[in-house]
Amino acid sequence: MKKLVFILSITLIMGACGNKKEQKENNSETTQLEGTISIDGSSTVFPITEAVAEEFRNVQPNVKVTIGVSGTGGGFQKFSRGETNLSNASRPIKDKEIAACKENNINYLELEVAYDGLAVLVNPKNTWVDSFTVEELKKIWEPAAQGKIMKWNQIRPEWPNEEIHLFGPGVASGTFDYFTEAIVGKSGSSRGDFTASEDDHVLVQGIAGDKFSLGFFGLAYYTENKDKLTLIGVHNGETVVKPTLETVRNGTYSPLSRPLFIYVNSTSVKSPEVIEFVNFYIDNAGKLSKDVGYIPLPAELYTKQKENLKAFVAKNK
Amino acid sequence: MNSIQKNRLKDQLFKYWGIACTLIGLVLLVLFIGDILIDGISRIDWAFITDLPSRKAEKSGIYTALMGSIWILLLTTIIAVPVGVAAGVYLEEYSKKNRLSAILEINISNLAGVPSIIYGLLGLEVFVRIMSLGASVLAGALTLSLLILPIIIVATREAVKAVPKSIRDASYALGASKWQTIWYQLLPASGGGILTGVILALSRAVGETAPLIVVGALAYVPFAPSNPLDEFSVLPIQIFNWISRPQHGFIENAAAAIIILLLITFVMNGIAVYFRNKWQKKWK
Repeated sequence: MKKLVFILSITLIMGACGNKKEQKENNSETTQLEGTISIDGSSTVFPITEAVAEEFRNVQPNVKVTIGVSGTGGGFQKFSRGETNLSNASRPIKDKEIAACKENNINYLELEVAYDGLAVLVNPKNTWVDSFTVEELKKIWEPAAQGKIMKWNQIRPEWPNEEIHLFGPGVASGTFDYFTEAIVGKSGSSRGDFTASEDDHVLVQGIAGDKFSLGFFGLAYYTENKDKLTLIGVHNGETVVKPTLETVRNGTYSPLSRPLFIYVNSTSVKSPEVIEFVNFYIDNAGKLSKDVGYIPLPAELYTKQKENLKAFVAKNK
Repeated sequence: MNSIQKNRLKDQLFKYWGIACTLIGLVLLVLFIGDILIDGISRIDWAFITDLPSRKAEKSGIYTALMGSIWILLLTTIIAVPVGVAAGVYLEEYSKKNRLSAILEINISNLAGVPSIIYGLLGLEVFVRIMSLGASVLAGALTLSLLILPIIIVATREAVKAVPKSIRDASYALGASKWQTIWYQLLPASGGGILTGVILALSRAVGETAPLIVVGALAYVPFAPSNPLDEFSVLPIQIFNWISRPQHGFIENAAAAIIILLLITFVMNGIAVYFRNKWQKKWK
């Protein structure tokens, strides 16, 4: 009995704590909205959405925003069942997913929120590489290279006759899918004999500690570790481009940069708190995506997203 | 060297081999904890415990994840312990040794070996969708309850089995019924063993990530659950999420959150040891 009372009292205390947290800092400037917004999807987009949700709380403390990280595909699965209001996605929606949405009468709007770039990196002591072409990267990473392309001079004869040590993100990551799709041509298709880690810090350490290394990962990780690694430009068909804010934004750093999306469904935009949140998202995505290590869209593109949203809201009233 | 000396030498070698093997676990644990402490200890303060998650590592806290973990732990205990103990007692005391009980037994051992993510899929379909509990704390706790039930059942059976026959006989000799014998003699006598099993099982539950992600536990929740149907996050998910962030500050956060999670499991194990000793004294 004592135990039961104890458990009950803890439950009550925790309930009380929960309420306290939600009610603080009421802001009376704008109309106070209430409700919940549930978001799921890509873990790549998560940091931006989290940042937006965090800031949104200061404006609308009574709107509960929750974000999951089921991955782009997992997110769309819930989105197409109508279980979420918004879906984070690091690629556009696929035909299969569109069909699933149709089946459940879910109409949606796609909004671009930021760019993500992939960086190709070598050790700072590497003096021979100045750039890669997409073909060279493909030659190194395609499945047929496994056990065959093992030395630097197999890629360009003037490069040293030394073993090449490859580093990349784990096969479960969106970054891996994206790289293989952009370079090899088929998502998930890669050689298997490279050092793979879900922890990008391991990759940074690996490349930084090995003169004959080569690796790739999200641009955000490079900006955090600039002093330890050398960034290599990629030939986009016309000229060699290194990923920077500029080149990712104007699309010249191709094919290793991509837009990130959020999807919103038509039933959700009937609720004022969702409209408010998505507007807030687009207004702040530029600054916040930079904060968390991504690259903002040009201002005019954000304006365009807002117009699209406005039209979508009007259409689904 | 005659054969006696040879055998002594073998004996000694085996002894040192044994010591080395024992130390591996200990050394690894010390290295691991040391590494985590260096990274994370300076990050832990009251604000870290009471703050919400944030995009800024230094402003980020574990409040919602910690509350989620505590809720999960309490609900899982309430659900899994009565069911698990009752099932264990039934299998040990009541069930006849026939085909059916043999099948039951094999299945329970099999369940203990099912990968945790499979339980997540089961939970998603049964609790989240069919019972339409949504991605709630309750659905998560039910899923974890399934996950740890086999451990509790096995622990209960072992503990009940270990009660000396003399106690049973004495109880029956005094005219007690089977129920009275179980309730007043067997359960208290095996309480220490059962509790140890329960707490080890719960320590496992508190560290699980995969099944909860499948069930729909979230990475960002700005509020602590206030009832069993609320959405939630848990510490391991928060840790996993932080580790995959590029900014170095989040690594410190992850280390600090790991320390908190370890503290929870250590305290739980401590409680288990304490009760086991107390019970043992009482019954000897």
